[in-house]
Amino acid sequence: MERTNHMEYMPGMEQLDSDIMDKVISAMNDYDYTKYTEQDVRIALNHDTKTVEDFKALLSPAALPFLEEIATQAKAETRKHFGNSVYMFTPLYISNYCENYCIYCGFNCHNKIHRAKLNPEEIEKEMQAISKSGLQEILILTGESRKMSDVEYIGEACKIARKYFKVVGLEVCPMNSDEYEYLHKCGADFVTVFQETYNSDKYETLHLEGHKRVFPYRINAQERAIKGGMRGVGFAALLGLSDFRKDAFATGMHAYLIQRKYPHAEIAFSCPRLRPIINNDKINPKDVHEPQLLQVICAYRLFMPFASITISTRECARFRDNIVDIAATKISAGVDVGIGGHGDNEQKGDEQFEISDGRNVKEVYDALTKKGLQPVMSDYIYV
Amino acid sequence: MNDDKLIIGGHEFNSRFILGSGKYSLELINAAVENAGAEIITLALRRAVSGDVANILDYIPKGVTLLPNTSGARNAQEAVRIARLAREAGCGDFIKIEVIHDSKYLLPDNYETIKATEILAKEGFIVMPYMYPDLNAARSLRDAGAASIMPLGAPIGSNKGICTKDFIKIIIDEIDLPVIVDAGIGKPSQACEAMEMGAAAVMANTAIATAGNIPAMANAFKKAIEAGRTAYLSGLGRVLESGSSASSPLTGFLQD
Repeated sequence: MERTNHMEYMPGMEQLDSDIMDKVISAMNDYDYTKYTEQDVRIALNHDTKTVEDFKALLSPAALPFLEEIATQAKAETRKHFGNSVYMFTPLYISNYCENYCIYCGFNCHNKIHRAKLNPEEIEKEMQAISKSGLQEILILTGESRKMSDVEYIGEACKIARKYFKVVGLEVCPMNSDEYEYLHKCGADFVTVFQETYNSDKYETLHLEGHKRVFPYRINAQERAIKGGMRGVGFAALLGLSDFRKDAFATGMHAYLIQRKYPHAEIAFSCPRLRPIINNDKINPKDVHEPQLLQVICAYRLFMPFASITISTRECARFRDNIVDIAATKISAGVDVGIGGHGDNEQKGDEQFEISDGRNVKEVYDALTKKGLQPVMSDYIYV
Repeated sequence: MNDDKLIIGGHEFNSRFILGSGKYSLELINAAVENAGAEIITLALRRAVSGDVANILDYIPKGVTLLPNTSGARNAQEAVRIARLAREAGCGDFIKIEVIHDSKYLLPDNYETIKATEILAKEGFIVMPYMYPDLNAARSLRDAGAASIMPLGAPIGSNKGICTKDFIKIIIDEIDLPVIVDAGIGKPSQACEAMEMGAAAVMANTAIATAGNIPAMANAFKKAIEAGRTAYLSGLGRVLESGSSASSPLTGFLQD
């Protein structure tokens, strides 16, 4: 198979005049986490506001022995900015067709799974079933297929979502800013794009076919979304794909530089680790064990105390319930990562990955209140 | 001092403690209000219109004046839209304007706040703008029809106290509207300090929401605010900067 140049834009892809990618990549390449010492970590912990150097120290192996102290500080920061509020939402997958060949993903175009796409009536039925659970925030997801889930199709889903939910987020293929503008008008206000890994050489070996192969188009998606009028943007590296410390650092830097350039943009992080998929149960997050994951999440919190941090159902109930008490501020519930299947609706298409926390909305709600946390369904207004 | 009332937009209040309702458990709101003796409670409209399984409005005791805020607004136009929604939602005519387009420090934009104040005051709202303590902006807010001025002590949620003390004092001295210190107050002693300075009231949320015992901390703030107010009304005694009065006064040479 001949592989295209992953650094070259494909026809129709908008190119921004932005230096953010170059800055993120060069900062990541310069980051040598082995040189940080216990003393650097102590200095970082002593700073009220964490600098980029502090963020590097907090992500380094030298910080692992300080995990308890780091978590304590992260919890205090979370409380200062969010009190005991924890926001609840659920993802809704409306199509699992994909044109990309990403070797770790269950939706990849060569994986033999049941493909499906919900029509508008089916989307409405799913959303009705979800809204009955009390949720007010929905995250609409699709496989990345320009043909099967185009902008108009996603726009229709957003319009339906606005009838049932207060908050509509998107996790779909990266687009041009005018397309984001259209989806914003349809009711969406938040866009999350996982960069997967910020190491472009590694990225090239994992994303073999499709538009997703174009590394710079993906990395500039958040900036195009903001230009399109979206209120907030989310960032993530899929931990376990590459060197997780460098990827976590690059994710933080990416968000930091976007926030400096667009001070009004609301910033969010997701912290996914690799999970097994259909036809490959061997995929695992490698060296990103729970302590390392906690370290990354706390480092995000301390570096950007005001950011929203989402904890995925890729993690188990025990980890999730504890992390929302420390640093995460958003948790999904009643999750189904296949196509269809909410309420009494029948599942039509297979899942993207295996989830570890299958609790419904009420179970998660009760777990939060039991911990003294206040579940919040929406703290947002579309203006 | 029994007839010492806080008057905002023609409405009288006995309490000078404005309590926030965010960042803590809904079941504690009632106890917090009671222990604070608060008569005004703020709430984010974006939270109130959620139609949540547990709607925050259901937890706010009756008889307390609602002060909805426009958080989420990034410019004057959005603040105006949110204020109108608040009125439609039955939250009354009071509106606290918050216009913020800085997701990191949540610092208010005075320019957009003035524009929103002008529009909403004309529509009959009792406008209470959250602002960065700048005298010129405070004058413009007054001229635009604000019912009070709410300068910040420190960034929201920082609990750092009145970092902007000297500038708030200027506003208190120069603006004939109730000046309510909002944001940044972390301890009862700081609330007391604001009142001693002549602030008309204090607004606090995070300091109470993040306390170990929320109702008890609300009560501590109440007492501190009352103490500060009483001290202000009583006229604070003089402070001797150099430890004592000079024994040979500079003006001792005067004979005629």
